[in-house]
Amino acid sequence: MYAALRNRFYTWIFQWRGPEAGAIVLGQRRIFILPTRPGLVYATVLLVMLAGSINYQLGLGFVLTFLLGALGVNAMIHTFRNLANLRITGGRTRPVFAGDTALFTIHLENQGDTDRYAIGLTHDRRRASFVDVIARSAVPATAAVAAPRRGVLRPGRLTLFTRFPLGLYYAWAYVDLDLRCIVYPRPAPPGMPMPPAESIAGAGTERGLGQEDFSGMRQYHRGDSPRHIAWKAAARDQGLLTKQFTGRAETELWLDWAQLPPQMGVEERLSHLARWVLVAHAAGLAYGLRVPGTSVEPAAGESQRDRCLETLALFEHK
Amino acid sequence: MTDPKQPIAWHHVRWLLLSLLLVAAPHALHMPGWSIALMAMLAAWSAYAGYARHALPNRWLLMMIAVATFVGVFVNYRTVFGRDAGVTLLVIMLGLKLLETRTHRDAMLLSFLGYFLVITNFLYSQTIATGLYMLACTVFVTATMMNLNYAGTEPPFRAQLRTAGVLLAQSVPLMLVLFLLFPRVPGPLWGLPRDAFAGVSGLSDTMTPGSLSSLVLSDAVAFRVRFDAQIPRAKDLYWRGPVMWDFDGRTWSAQFFVYTAPGIEAAGDSVAYEVTLEPHNRRWLFALDLPAVVPPRSVVSTDYQLYSIQPVNNRLRYDMTSFLNARFGEVENRFALRRALQVPPRSNPRAQELGRELRQKHADDEQIISEMLSMFRRNFVYTLEPPLLGANPVDEFLFSTRSGFCEHYASSFAVVMRAAGIPTRIVTGYQGGEINALGNYLIVRQADAHAWTEVWLRNRGWVRVDPTFAVAPVRVDTGISAAVSRTDPLPLMVRTPYEFLRQARLAWDTMANAWNQWVLGYTPERQRSLLAQAGLDDATWAKLTAILIAVAGVIVAMFTALALRQLKSRARDPVTIAYRRFCDKLRRRGLTREAAEGPVDYARRVERLRPELTPAVEAITRLYVALRYGAESSAAALIELQRRVRQFPA
Repeated sequence: MYAALRNRFYTWIFQWRGPEAGAIVLGQRRIFILPTRPGLVYATVLLVMLAGSINYQLGLGFVLTFLLGALGVNAMIHTFRNLANLRITGGRTRPVFAGDTALFTIHLENQGDTDRYAIGLTHDRRRASFVDVIARSAVPATAAVAAPRRGVLRPGRLTLFTRFPLGLYYAWAYVDLDLRCIVYPRPAPPGMPMPPAESIAGAGTERGLGQEDFSGMRQYHRGDSPRHIAWKAAARDQGLLTKQFTGRAETELWLDWAQLPPQMGVEERLSHLARWVLVAHAAGLAYGLRVPGTSVEPAAGESQRDRCLETLALFEHK
Repeated sequence: MTDPKQPIAWHHVRWLLLSLLLVAAPHALHMPGWSIALMAMLAAWSAYAGYARHALPNRWLLMMIAVATFVGVFVNYRTVFGRDAGVTLLVIMLGLKLLETRTHRDAMLLSFLGYFLVITNFLYSQTIATGLYMLACTVFVTATMMNLNYAGTEPPFRAQLRTAGVLLAQSVPLMLVLFLLFPRVPGPLWGLPRDAFAGVSGLSDTMTPGSLSSLVLSDAVAFRVRFDAQIPRAKDLYWRGPVMWDFDGRTWSAQFFVYTAPGIEAAGDSVAYEVTLEPHNRRWLFALDLPAVVPPRSVVSTDYQLYSIQPVNNRLRYDMTSFLNARFGEVENRFALRRALQVPPRSNPRAQELGRELRQKHADDEQIISEMLSMFRRNFVYTLEPPLLGANPVDEFLFSTRSGFCEHYASSFAVVMRAAGIPTRIVTGYQGGEINALGNYLIVRQADAHAWTEVWLRNRGWVRVDPTFAVAPVRVDTGISAAVSRTDPLPLMVRTPYEFLRQARLAWDTMANAWNQWVLGYTPERQRSLLAQAGLDDATWAKLTAILIAVAGVIVAMFTALALRQLKSRARDPVTIAYRRFCDKLRRRGLTREAAEGPVDYARRVERLRPELTPAVEAITRLYVALRYGAESSAAALIELQRRVRQFPA
């Protein structure tokens, strides 16, 4: 009952409204500010100074005390201003393996004429990263979020905060951007042998490497493995060229869900398939992936690896 | 500040050391030598530990130093309370805290203590110079606090100082409102330490040969006076202070005693004025002869001395009215008259003999007085450097040295008169003053200290007789500098030949006076009278608070609006404005430009997603890139860009 009430109160006061698409501009209604503990100590010191000024009838004591009091109010405006009108957009987030930490990037854009310092971004209020956003510039800030399970990770509410300039106030804003990070299944430890290549029985991995069957060169395309780039040609300033191998087409390696022992659970299977994808990619093989309901046609390269891992990550994912 | 518990770095320590040493430096003038050495050691230790990333000393060691400091302070001052002892302790504790500062939170606390240390300096001095120095210190402490709150890169040293200065400058309007309107309560709230106001000069309640002439060497201001109308003539400016009745052969002393008051028989002209008295740590107030009113929180004794109920240890302002030619004390208490005739029988025998001779010669008191004065006039010298006098100072002065200062003349005159049977008392105070035409007020300095006498005559009451006037009439008519010989030492500024310097000095004094009146002397009374002038007669505490909150609220709101307006994007470059408008139009179509997307990449993406826009997008982008990054700067290109953006379908 209490928790529900509190939740409704928080939702009202902090205007929690769920993930927002596009850019968020931090307006007045989105920024909250409270004094910090040093801020309260500061206020106490000022009260002592005021009492001292009255007692010793120190004219300059009054001047100093009131100046510092006004400074305290001014610091509040400045702390608030350090966040106000900041434009926030979501950035790209690199996929991670389950158990790793996802680094969500958001872009902070300062459209105004004043520099902003020491703006922190945190997800759990324990770890924070800090950035400075000088006038008329945009910088990325990252929030580290643990990714324990495969699938799509949404960070939820991130907190942008600042104590600048004097550390007397803590101003913060909740940003709930529509951020997502693909979390690949954690690769299983080595043990389960790779399935054999399909079309040529016993051809195995040696044939699949096909290092000798060089057939020519073509323009580099994104996703080609770096180990197939003709670096010597690149060094001669001929641009990036990719070496092509005829042998690869002959071998069809299928990483198949059905090849794993039937008693194995879903997550465990995905883990093994993820490891196979990584091993096959590391060996420079062309491979395909079959999971119930989906299959990825054989290919090689980084884009193939990413496509396969993403398929595994999103398998039966709501 | 990234995290309150995060350890601080060497550059933070540097800022803390710099600002704290700046604030503490003026205290070196009154701290004992050993404590200065200890503080220097602690600061050096902290600097070394911070620089070399050494571990800070262990708590027990610091605790031992703290205990030793307490003992040292106690041995030094015989107390650990009081102003000097307290400040010494505070400074050393601050040094120890420096050696215990590990985290941001500690460092913040230390900067707050830095502010506190600023205010302790005002216990010693509140001059304009001190104020300016301490303002600089406040900027440094504020910059230190800011330095603690940078997270990544920090601006250069001077930029940080400037930012702190701007932050403080922006606080000034609100500070002024608080200063003027914050409800003031009269202090003190609790007992003051005994040494709180030590070391101020002024008149004393005793007078020995030489006590006034040493005071005359000081050009410190005793008080300033603003007259409602014309400033009276110099020879009427006798500022009445302690009245001395008792003589032990060498020293005159004033005692506060009360008997049936003598009345004022005839008042004569009255003059109204306002005195701003510098603190002198004694209770008497000064007024022109003869005070007609009693200021608040003070009393008048029957010899017309004004006494404040509390010692005057703060600048005090009071309104006064005086009668310049009053006749008073015709009906005088006979015990008082008897007291005014006493001379120690065995002291100064020749002076007493002279008195008795004069009495035998003349029956009339006034003839005795004028014979004595003409004797002074004949062969006596007025000097600031009289010869030293021995056991019977009056005899030696009258019959051998014959040169002296006002206290010699007043003292010997009184002794002779008493021996002749005329009741006489000595009045000390100040005579004259310097008119500051710039501020239209009178400055009375310690150098104007003076002593004269009052004799009691039947049917005339107490009459002022100034024996110095007989010797050196210019002393009273023009001032001390004209009266003493050129070779006598006098404060530089009191002498008139340095006219330019004197003018500069007067200009400075006008400023100092304004400072005293408005900054240091802004008391609850002053606040009330200021508000009354503004049309608010009965300013209660609650009313004042309401006004304060209203005015402060308006100022804060205005300042907030100003501060936030700067944040709005104010592109002055027309090219940027046009391109932004273009981006806004595309955003409304759901094609938001990414933060890190260049204009060409953006155009390519838009063309891929919305091929029908290609010609317009391409043209606008080409124009923008050429105008913004290329050599193109023709007005025609800009107009073309603006036209195309305007025509671009929203």
